[in-house]
Amino acid sequence: MQEAMIKRAKELLADGSVDRVIGWKRGEFAYDITPAVFTSAEELEHDFVFDDFTAANVSKYLVKETAKEGKILAFLKPCDTYSFNQLIKEHRIDREKVYVVGIPGGPKLDIEKIKAKGITGVLSVKNEDYTLKIETLYGEETMPFSEAVLDKCASCKSKKHVAYDELIGEDGDVLESNRFDMVEKLENMTAQERFDFWRGQLSKCIRCNACRNVCPACTCENCVFDNPKSGIDNKAAADSFEENMFHIIRAFHVAGRCTDCGECSRVCPQHIPLHLLNRKFIKDINELYGEYQAGADTTSRAPLTDYTKDDCEPSVVHERGVE
Amino acid sequence: MQVNENFEPVIVAFCCNWCSYAGADLSGTNRLNYPTNVKIIRVPCSCRVNPMFILRAFQKGADGVIICGCHPGDCHYTSGNYFTRRRITLLYSMLDFLGIERNRTRLEWVSAAEGAKFAATMEQFTADVKALGPNRRLEDLRCRKQ
Repeated sequence: MQEAMIKRAKELLADGSVDRVIGWKRGEFAYDITPAVFTSAEELEHDFVFDDFTAANVSKYLVKETAKEGKILAFLKPCDTYSFNQLIKEHRIDREKVYVVGIPGGPKLDIEKIKAKGITGVLSVKNEDYTLKIETLYGEETMPFSEAVLDKCASCKSKKHVAYDELIGEDGDVLESNRFDMVEKLENMTAQERFDFWRGQLSKCIRCNACRNVCPACTCENCVFDNPKSGIDNKAAADSFEENMFHIIRAFHVAGRCTDCGECSRVCPQHIPLHLLNRKFIKDINELYGEYQAGADTTSRAPLTDYTKDDCEPSVVHERGVE
Repeated sequence: MQVNENFEPVIVAFCCNWCSYAGADLSGTNRLNYPTNVKIIRVPCSCRVNPMFILRAFQKGADGVIICGCHPGDCHYTSGNYFTRRRITLLYSMLDFLGIERNRTRLEWVSAAEGAKFAATMEQFTADVKALGPNRRLEDLRCRKQ
């Protein structure tokens, strides 16, 4: 797949249809794959990487990239195309300046799950017939592929590309996923149990703002979390209240626009399951206002910018049985 | 649940300028009683209430937050309260999801002619919050009153 992508990118660069390519390159470690912009065939040949750790969603980078001169080639996985569509809908990306090549999606690997098995000093990871051959400083290790899959890929919602100019590989379908299972499990707990669960999770937050920075829905030029007058601007949370507040507001600001790409949880250095907050909103919207998938198209109205005269009252929350 | 008889909750009521605030005024003019725990904050429309206002109220020591607006269809700005309804439903649902007691939050439609309803709603809501006791799950310890 990597060869096919480099070949196609070189062709498009050579015939002048694009000026730049956004893809991924290797970071400090073999499993550190980071988005990067390439401008020449040599760079592509040398640095371009697409492997089992290439999980980063590059669609948000296109906001800045399409503001520049010239056209850019973007490689988008199915989940990334939803974010891409959502950004088009919000007029954040200039569609004319992007050439989208759809590429197959995951499942991608989570290095943290490999490390959790006690495998350290990882030098390289190879996937051979869904068994991972892991070369480490201390010798070779193996583990099943399925045990190292990213959480966001394990509950994949769609393998279908919703926006592309051309595809490399096959297009898939929207999947029946189990992505709301954990939300449901939490909903069935008592209020005290839920409170304890979230207190435990959110108190790990170090306010690095990685979840906000990576989120393709968070593209405001002036973010509330950067406003020194908001009281919750860039600083470590000093109180449990601030932890709650940050996460409620972060999730609320993307409610109805979140495509559930799962990047927030993937980048969280503290492994807080942030996507559960977003999924709660998605689940509520689906149940109360009709099924809605943000980014599935570029024309429908977002649920929170829309209403009907016979929407339910907030008392539905109070009528949900025992706490 | 044990109810502390001496506990007096602080209730913050966001009232829309056109209906509920006038409703509160009417209940006063009619000499109807409603608890002094209720602190009214006037907003131009219930839609003006940012989720942050609600969280901030809890931070600064409120034990319950109620939002009052015009009845659906009666909004001074035509559709403001329809947006409020969706937004606040989702927010309350999220607070519930995080384990904050449901009865600390409420939304009620009170028109300018419903002074009696305003007084009754506040009476009821204050009693509900009183039964829950002080807000501990969503408070800022630095703001706690001694």
